[in-house]
Amino acid sequence: MIINHPLLGPRDAQEFTFLGDASLIDRPDWEAENAAEQFYEYAYLRDNPAGLHRELWFHETGDRSWLVVTRNTLTHEITDVEMASDVARSKGRSK
Amino acid sequence: MHDLKPLTPLGSTTAQIDRFAGLTISECPDWALASLAARRGREQDTATAAQNLLGASLPDVAASATSGDFTAFWTGPQQWMIEAPHDSHEELAAEVKSAVGDAASVTEQTDGWCRFDLEGTRCHDVLERLCNADTRAMIQGQVTRTRLEHLGCFLICRTKDAHFSVIGPRSSAGSIHHALTVAAASAI
Repeated sequence: MIINHPLLGPRDAQEFTFLGDASLIDRPDWEAENAAEQFYEYAYLRDNPAGLHRELWFHETGDRSWLVVTRNTLTHEITDVEMASDVARSKGRSK
Repeated sequence: MHDLKPLTPLGSTTAQIDRFAGLTISECPDWALASLAARRGREQDTATAAQNLLGASLPDVAASATSGDFTAFWTGPQQWMIEAPHDSHEELAAEVKSAVGDAASVTEQTDGWCRFDLEGTRCHDVLERLCNADTRAMIQGQVTRTRLEHLGCFLICRTKDAHFSVIGPRSSAGSIHHALTVAAASAI
């Protein structure tokens, strides 16, 4: 499998490690009223789609950036790769 | 008074050099390294300060820039490694830090890494057996990080088709040296 790194171009998947669902970026606010409920959902509940899935990959033996990869779980086709930092900042995150 | 003798990454007092037909693999212990990471929102200040120190702009993605004693190479988004001769720049990290101030974070890296230079026309024959990098396509100054002998190593093209540097973790210098020399003995 080849991941088309936004900065470095096509790189072999063996250079990357997989973390999981890209929703991990959306860490809940620990000060919220229902923080316990939100963290329960954040930690344990995942969708398991047959089709497009946004997930976090780490370019471990490359430039060590985190990527959000959109992968089709049925075909392994990768349709989009973004820098995770760009995704997080577009959602208003500071880091 | 202590009488300490500096050792090379391979544990000797002199640098190891292995010669093959068309290839020389040399341990290069005489280089100081410091990492430079621009702080968020201070990217332009970092670029300006680094340019004043280095005499060249910080290189773009997967590139390096050399000016005088200094070589800077890209390691990640808004991150670089600065390389300079150890004899004249033993305190490289302090030197870089005083240049960039609070615009960037600087970390001493010299003894975290070991460097092996591959020089000669047969360098591709060794590197293509060991890592994913397309070394035949790499141009002078191009840099990539790649997995070599299970280790994340920087690979720098110093001269196209003729001179590459492998910079890997110092604690695994023996493994890197073993991989390079075994591949060379097998390929050449």
